[in-house]
Amino acid sequence: MHEATWFRWARVIVLTLLGLFALTPVYVMLSASLKPLPDVEGAFRWFPSHVTVAPFIDMWQTIPLLRYLENSLVVSTTASVASVLIALLAAYAISRYRFHGRQVFSITILSTQMFPGILFLLPLFVIFVNIGRVTSINLYGSRTGLIITYMTFTLPFAIWMLAAYLDTIPRELDEAAKVDGSGPMGAFIRVVIPAAIPGIVAVLIYAFMTAWSEMLFASVLTNDTTRTLAVGLQGYATQNQVYWNQIMAASLTVSVPIVVGFLLLQRFLVAGMTAGSVK
Amino acid sequence: MVDTIRAEKGVTASAPSPPHKRQWRRGWLPYVLLIPAVILELLIHIIPMLVGVGISFLQLTEFYLSNWRAAPFAGTSNYRIALNIHGATGQALLHSFTITVLYTVIALAVSWSFGMAAAVFTQRAFRGRGVIRTVFLIPYALPVFASVITWNFMLQRDTGMVNQLLLDLHLVHSRPFWLIGSNSFYSLVVVAIWRSWPFAFLILTAGMQSIPTDLYEAASLDGSGAIGQVRHVTLPLLRPVNRVLLLVLFLWTFNDFSVPFTLFGSAPPSQADIISIHIYENSFVSWNFGTGSAMSVLLLLFLLLVTAIYLAAGRLGGRHA
Repeated sequence: MHEATWFRWARVIVLTLLGLFALTPVYVMLSASLKPLPDVEGAFRWFPSHVTVAPFIDMWQTIPLLRYLENSLVVSTTASVASVLIALLAAYAISRYRFHGRQVFSITILSTQMFPGILFLLPLFVIFVNIGRVTSINLYGSRTGLIITYMTFTLPFAIWMLAAYLDTIPRELDEAAKVDGSGPMGAFIRVVIPAAIPGIVAVLIYAFMTAWSEMLFASVLTNDTTRTLAVGLQGYATQNQVYWNQIMAASLTVSVPIVVGFLLLQRFLVAGMTAGSVK
Repeated sequence: MVDTIRAEKGVTASAPSPPHKRQWRRGWLPYVLLIPAVILELLIHIIPMLVGVGISFLQLTEFYLSNWRAAPFAGTSNYRIALNIHGATGQALLHSFTITVLYTVIALAVSWSFGMAAAVFTQRAFRGRGVIRTVFLIPYALPVFASVITWNFMLQRDTGMVNQLLLDLHLVHSRPFWLIGSNSFYSLVVVAIWRSWPFAFLILTAGMQSIPTDLYEAASLDGSGAIGQVRHVTLPLLRPVNRVLLLVLFLWTFNDFSVPFTLFGSAPPSQADIISIHIYENSFVSWNFGTGSAMSVLLLLFLLLVTAIYLAAGRLGGRHA
């Protein structure tokens, strides 16, 4: 199709400006992480005076970064896997069965997505503290408490996306499995789940990213030993001296796996996210 | 939309059969399948919300924290304190609310415009399109705590990149503060836009993939240029996508905690005192849970009201269109 010259120029200019806007912080993060300390303590330099990887080595000593990393990994992995398993069961029920309360369940669960997190945080904090006092189950300040919380956060969206995905899997598949003698759960495990793998992976990544980045609840529900990266990284700034090069090195280190995972699977994520709006 | 994207990837999937042909199954199984989800939703969402409404009628401070049933009943006094615009608490809440609305409207409008521009300009294939799309998604993919702490570094007065750039371009003569004072509001808006426009781009791009190309060809034959095609084809066909996208962006931006918290910590400058941080500070820094809960409930009522009006207006508009 013919494109006007002005259109091409407008495209180059707009896309370049937006690209610069998007990438500037990435450049600052990358360049500062390779700078020696004096470079980040004086006026900003566009390039390191000499390139060093020392920040990537020193960052592990300044704050207990390894412990935060471990906490984040354990919490995010457990919460996302558990959330997807539970969401799969619910999504199968919604996609394949009509039952009393189906509509109410779907709407209630989706509407919880719009509520401000701060509304749940106060009572959840009080509930966790009191559960710990009455029973010996320690939820406040523990990884378990955070895992249960994050599971629930990702649940509504996970159910919504998975139910939409399961709807695209032909029912004839489960019917065929049942003819072969499988019960409804047999058909679910042997036929529906394998066919839904791309959707499951997309939801898994979404859930992992959500848990990995969450700050509000992590800042209140964790203590020194269970702190996650999202809150722990702020620790660099409260030292007597702010090691910006180490902060940038640590930020880069904890971002790379997430960004790569997201970029590899964004197509599936978009498919799931927009599935609801076409219905 | 899913089908379009899957078809593009060469995945074949038959469309779901129309509802009246579906073989609905009944019985107890669906209820069993829902039990885990229902328990979690009750424990983390529903019950805490009801408890939160309850707490908003109590005089709950740190002294009653481990035994909150002993906290004295406060009636509606928490609400009266929060809504009394002549008192210090009410005035601060109103100030915070006004700032949040302003920040949300600006960030929403700019994010949507950036996302729309980027989506329109990358709609037709050209060399390097895949790379530029990936670049645009990076701000959304980066964890907030890592990217916004970088913005914090960039906005430092003496060591930051922003002031250095302004000095190098001779736009300023002395270094302004960006994280305190009146500039902090603009800093927050820019960072919020940086973070959320890629999401608008992502959703709008996906939405545009379901618009058939022959519609553009027809518009082009009718003499529409690039702008006319956007006005007469793209925008009308994106209506359902935009309806959801704008609402989601509004709720996310309005409720956002991570961006302002990473940028300013738990004590933001008053010019950037966003409502979520304001309530957080009132509850966990001043340890006054009763007033904090009352504020949260008021916030929820406001969001419910906005959402209801928005959806109703959309339905009316859709009928007349």
